[in-house]
Amino acid sequence: MSTPPAGTTLIDPETIAYFYDEEADGFGEPATAAEAPRNPGMMVSAGVIGLGFLALAVILLGMPLTGDWTPFLLSFGLLSAGTIGYAWFAYKDTVPGIKHDGIMFGNTTHRGAIAWALGIALTGFYVVLYWWPEYLARAIALVEPLSQALAGQPANQWFLYGFLYTMAVVLFGFRMFMRYRHNRYHIVRTISVMFFQLVLAFVLPHLLRALNEPEFYFSYFWPLKYDYLFPGTVDYLVNSPGALGSFMVFWGAVCSFIATPVLTYFYGKRWYCSWVCGCGGLAETLGDPWRHLTPKSTVSWKIERAIIYAVLLLIILTTAVLWVSSTSDGALSSISAPLQRWYGFYIGAVFAGVIGVGFYPVLGNRVWCRFGCPMAAVLGIIQRFFSRFRITTNGGQCMSCGNCTTYCEMGIDVRAYAERGENIVRSSCVGCGVCSAVCPRGVLKLENGTSHGDRYPGSDNPLGAFSTAISKGARVYGDRDGYV
Amino acid sequence: MIVGNGVTGVTAATRLRQMQPDWKITLVSGESAYHYSRPALMYIFMGHMTYEATKPFEDRFWSDQRLDLVRDWVTGIDIEDKQLVLHKTGRLPYDRLLIATGAKSNRFGWPGQDLDGVQGLYNLKDLRQLYKNAERTRQAVIVGGGLIGIELAEMLHSRHIHVTFLIREASYWCNILPIEESGMINRLIEEQGIGLIRETNLKEIVDDGSGRVEAVVTEFDERIDCQLVGLTPGVSPNTDLAKSTPIETGRGVLVDHSFRTNIPDIYAAGDCAEIVSRNGGRNLIQQVWYTGKKQGKAAGEVLAGEDIAYDPGIWFNSAKFFDLEYQTYGMILSTPQPGEQHLYWEHPSHRHAVRVVGVDGCIKAFNFMGIRARHEVCERWIAERRTVKYVLDHLEEANFDPEFFVRHETEIVRSLKEQLV
Repeated sequence: MSTPPAGTTLIDPETIAYFYDEEADGFGEPATAAEAPRNPGMMVSAGVIGLGFLALAVILLGMPLTGDWTPFLLSFGLLSAGTIGYAWFAYKDTVPGIKHDGIMFGNTTHRGAIAWALGIALTGFYVVLYWWPEYLARAIALVEPLSQALAGQPANQWFLYGFLYTMAVVLFGFRMFMRYRHNRYHIVRTISVMFFQLVLAFVLPHLLRALNEPEFYFSYFWPLKYDYLFPGTVDYLVNSPGALGSFMVFWGAVCSFIATPVLTYFYGKRWYCSWVCGCGGLAETLGDPWRHLTPKSTVSWKIERAIIYAVLLLIILTTAVLWVSSTSDGALSSISAPLQRWYGFYIGAVFAGVIGVGFYPVLGNRVWCRFGCPMAAVLGIIQRFFSRFRITTNGGQCMSCGNCTTYCEMGIDVRAYAERGENIVRSSCVGCGVCSAVCPRGVLKLENGTSHGDRYPGSDNPLGAFSTAISKGARVYGDRDGYV
Repeated sequence: MIVGNGVTGVTAATRLRQMQPDWKITLVSGESAYHYSRPALMYIFMGHMTYEATKPFEDRFWSDQRLDLVRDWVTGIDIEDKQLVLHKTGRLPYDRLLIATGAKSNRFGWPGQDLDGVQGLYNLKDLRQLYKNAERTRQAVIVGGGLIGIELAEMLHSRHIHVTFLIREASYWCNILPIEESGMINRLIEEQGIGLIRETNLKEIVDDGSGRVEAVVTEFDERIDCQLVGLTPGVSPNTDLAKSTPIETGRGVLVDHSFRTNIPDIYAAGDCAEIVSRNGGRNLIQQVWYTGKKQGKAAGEVLAGEDIAYDPGIWFNSAKFFDLEYQTYGMILSTPQPGEQHLYWEHPSHRHAVRVVGVDGCIKAFNFMGIRARHEVCERWIAERRTVKYVLDHLEEANFDPEFFVRHETEIVRSLKEQLV
């Protein structure tokens, strides 16, 4: 018998008394903390942003609009200058590196009142934009000079939306430069999304309008831009004067069916999702402050797979039915027309816009990309089973801290793979590279290998792996060949 | 039965489950309901992560894997009846027992070390205490210049608390790091606006009259006002449990290379274990995350009945000092050992450095600062005893930096080769 005599113990009594409910405590925001030193530059910039909003409010609430540049510059000019100034002064004197201090305590960044208010405001903006654009008349008039200069035509709500969208990508892209200036991958990637949004998704389409050509977005393809391969669109483009319309149809088809699989084979889906796509562009710039909010549970993973592939099937079905209908003199038009309207409304508007962007401050910045985007679904299947892209784990260096998982905007439990020293080849990974950047031990690296055959057990037989994945469903641990 | 749900205990349990699907496996811990990542404590405090996110496994993992969790402190071991004595819930029988109780912060008997506002940082309790102690704190002093010390400095710094570092050595962590690497970190500490007082011991911690800390006094009678003192002079094995039993302990729980203690069916591994050298050399106490994990895996196999001996393998470690990443492969001591050739390159920005250590022209070890290196490549070169020249010629294979990063191999190799001749 070797227990200590009754009444005595050799363990620290304080330790014994410690029956602490750490789950309930949660280690949230500190009760009181020393105040941050004053940053005059940031305060002035915040003031400029405030003035910009004030100008915007005054203009929207009834200042006479002359249709010239003055109110435009006064509102958007001040907002832009203030935002850029804020990012500049916030980071310029800091040591380059990961800047995540206090994110989990922030009212804006961790589902506080400000975040909810922002979410409601963003959602409200989309609702008004889609269903009651007449309330935006004054805001549309505000961007009129830019529309005239760029497209030579009056502004409408979509011009306003495109302008605000592009402004967000550019301004918050600048914030990305400051925040990740130690990391060239993020700088190059951010330049890329800013370029594609500004030039290919904003300036070029409106220049085309100025030239009386069809408005066309060269960086969006079917099935994300679902109507590009609808018979109506194809007819319209092919029949528009000049060869450009036909080229657009050709471009859309080639990008959808040839460039997508080829580029994804070499680089993974990131070539599109975090380098080219406008939805991804907004998520990576404006959405960056909320990237950690994406749900990471296995349950959310199962929901993701159910919805995203359902949307993919739905758009394939809609497109097919429309074509059958159009080539058989409207035989299926009683199905195809409602289907087209239904998809356009619920998926194109409600899901991609209202939920996808409106919910950034609450559910993270990739709600649409993760749960809804049919393009991401196609790219993901190719990436998972056939691509050379993988995130490699550096030997046994992982210490399971979970920064990678926390900051994964696609809700992937990166740590589960890293901790076992496995490649991360998940369908949803958009290759943003933040897991690699936040890893305090340098364990993760985005790589394009020389073949796709060394990425996961069973990669020599991708079709077999595909069917296994479909039959086994979502697994994070334990099973080594079932997960997608 | 496994005591402790840190990385060693949990790794042992999961490994054992893989090998013995039918055994009943129980993990006992009083510290937390579920396993969490100890190195992530700092990220909770700094607001990078939630506590929830530091748990490597979802809560349902444990029941899915049929690993029973008992939240209680073990107060004794009844060796005759093979039972664990628990503080709250009575006794639990075991067939095989693994002690993985980790380590405790060192205390050197400084006057005032038990005052309010004085603490170490090792577990959740310490973190909770730090939350409290950091309230209304404007200045803090950290005594002891190791990895936990600089983590604590970074944590407090993130809450805008002015930190003064008090270190015994002439330069940060220079008993482990060669002077050049250590110098890079000194610079980094000072760049952040953190005070660094070198070659100075703590004399006493001063009471403000109410049992709280008010200041510290150094051996040179310099007084530094502070409301918080972090004591981080390393950790030592937690042998409290074993000491109440006939299990032999030295500095740690004494075990052989198969983690067996002197008592049948009782094993120990991880931070709390001291592996007795087989050839009369220095006993092995390894107290980093990676060895805890490695020992846990091996201990799991031993518990499952495998007849294996723990092989510490080629040493590696990594850390991050503020924004500077550090990786090391092979063993580099702070000063060159007889027969060693040290080649060192440092970027003018002091943000990147490489040290290559050779013995008789063969590669022995690497240090990388601000450059990520491939573990398997470095390890393979050391294991294969590649020549230093071969390693320098192929150095780019070892790079693990993200895409588009500026590569320095050309300069590094040129500079190191010049030192070679």
